[in-house]
Amino acid sequence: MSDVDVRKVVIDPLVDNNPVTLQVLGICSALAVTTSLLPALLMCVALTSVAALSTAAISSIRNYIPNNIRIIVQMTVIASFVIVVDQLLRAYAFETSKQLSVFVGLIITNCIVLGRAEAFAMKNGVGLSFLDGLGNGLGYSAILIIVATIRELFGAGTLLGYRILPLVSDGGWYEANGLLLLPPSAFFIIGLLIWAIRSWKRAQAEQPDYRIHAVHRTEVL
Amino acid sequence: MADHLNLFIQAAFVENLALSFFLGMCTFLAISKRVETALGLGLAVLVVQIITVPVNHLIYALLLREGALAWAGLPDIDLSFLGLVSYIGVIAALVQILEMTLDKYFPKLYNALGIFLPLITVNCAILGGTLFMVERHYTFGESVVFGVGSGFGWALALVGLAGIREKLKYSDVPVGLQGLGITFIIVGLMSLSFMGFSGIRL
Amino acid sequence: MPDDASSTPKRSRDSISNTLIVAIGVSFVCSILVASAAILLKPRQLKNEEEFRQRIILDVAGLYEPGVDLASLYASIEERTIELASGEQAPVYLVMDGARTEQVILPIQGAGLWSTMYGYLAVENDGNTVRGLRFYSHAETPGLGDQVDKPTWREQWQGKKLYGPDGAPRIEVVKGPAPDDSDYQIDGLAGATLTGRGVSVFVRHWIGEQGYGPYLKTLGEEESR
Repeated sequence: MSDVDVRKVVIDPLVDNNPVTLQVLGICSALAVTTSLLPALLMCVALTSVAALSTAAISSIRNYIPNNIRIIVQMTVIASFVIVVDQLLRAYAFETSKQLSVFVGLIITNCIVLGRAEAFAMKNGVGLSFLDGLGNGLGYSAILIIVATIRELFGAGTLLGYRILPLVSDGGWYEANGLLLLPPSAFFIIGLLIWAIRSWKRAQAEQPDYRIHAVHRTEVL
Repeated sequence: MADHLNLFIQAAFVENLALSFFLGMCTFLAISKRVETALGLGLAVLVVQIITVPVNHLIYALLLREGALAWAGLPDIDLSFLGLVSYIGVIAALVQILEMTLDKYFPKLYNALGIFLPLITVNCAILGGTLFMVERHYTFGESVVFGVGSGFGWALALVGLAGIREKLKYSDVPVGLQGLGITFIIVGLMSLSFMGFSGIRL
Repeated sequence: MPDDASSTPKRSRDSISNTLIVAIGVSFVCSILVASAAILLKPRQLKNEEEFRQRIILDVAGLYEPGVDLASLYASIEERTIELASGEQAPVYLVMDGARTEQVILPIQGAGLWSTMYGYLAVENDGNTVRGLRFYSHAETPGLGDQVDKPTWREQWQGKKLYGPDGAPRIEVVKGPAPDDSDYQIDGLAGATLTGRGVSVFVRHWIGEQGYGPYLKTLGEEESR
């Protein structure tokens, strides 16, 4: 494992190959748990740990898994790690785990984990696979943290529960933007985020299906 | 009866798995370019949902829940922590069976769906439906209705999005928003409109 | 140098015996991992649930003090099980002052706008006056329905009467602001009429004949003796 490899594997998923904004993976839970920052942070920790550990575990047995039970074996490993993480959350972060309930379970079907297991862990060593899982987890976390910060700060005036902007209803000056606390806002924020990233990194922009061409008349009517 | 109808409306529109809970987004965003493929996938998801939610309910109620094994003489055992693995196992097995059935009896549909059929296994909407059913302690009848409603709602949202994206093919979208970006904005607007269903009770 | 997954000869990897070995092996290792986590962490999880419940009950009773040892605060609470009209058993929590019952905390639940709301209602020993109301679990719309958590809204419940002079449940969450001198009405929640209506409906259900109604009536009669 050369240094370049390690850096590429961990840094790429942050912007250049971000699982959410480019690979279109892991969107489901990314949108749902971002109403406030604390559950989003816990979700990031949970997903990054599951991704790193399960890609490493799958990579360690990749040479022995028969093709016809490949997906099931991967899912069993991933599901087991998710259950462990869920149990840990319920033991050590009880109140927030109640909010996260269904979505922690959904890490099993989180396309990032299975996607990286298939695409990377089956073909690479344990160390690199662990770092790849870690890198993609961090890329996912970056997006989640940005979205959650915007939604909690401007939607409720708090961050991690601490009051930052005094609300009009409490005698302050900030009129909370209620839309940000509702589900659709997450879509708008990520859409705008994608626009920003792709304007910065032109290489990621998609080509339109059909371009309207200006037609020049050459003959006199 | 009215309760069940209420539950169906709730599951299909008010608590739409795709637009209110963002489940199944990955396939949702990727398969929504053409209406025909969207219809095929939506139908497949509906079928899988109708079968998995009730089956998983039986597994939870008769095997995993605390006290569920009383019929086998083991009333103190609580196997609910095995839930996630069991449900995903059922879903994977069912999708495999569906694949084989379609291949044998409906080859045209099988070919049309292609790779998207096995992808249903990891569709968060399917597992999500089961997890909601467990969390809300539905009965068997309610599980069936919830399976039908939630599957139907997801398929409806998918076909709707495909229809809109087809219409947008000739629009002048800014370079950075092309493709994925504008799709997110569209889904956001659809999600906003579905919120108008909230509070409807029959 | 990346080594890929084809270093083991394909034939032996896909053979039936290897398939069985891998399937059983993976299942075995995963089961041990999962079961150990579940069993080792269970006591701590149960403690968390119990502490959470105790904290909520103390909060509704107005007895909760952060930083003070939970067990000592909870010492004045007695748990009893009563039978409802349907035959179902329900736990109730009595706040004791010596041998006298000071107030009773009743678990209530019902449909809000999005899903079930779970909470506790604290009633004084006359079986009619409300001491407090708090929801510990709900899925109401942030900013709108979740105003049920706001201290200013919850405070209104203190001192309100549950039953009218005829003994029928009269307490309700109205639409818009409630009249200042009303004994039975609570301000509506701005932008969350349906959440408020839901709360009215299930609170009334629980204090009615099918819920804790008979128990509260007996409690009131005993105290007035």
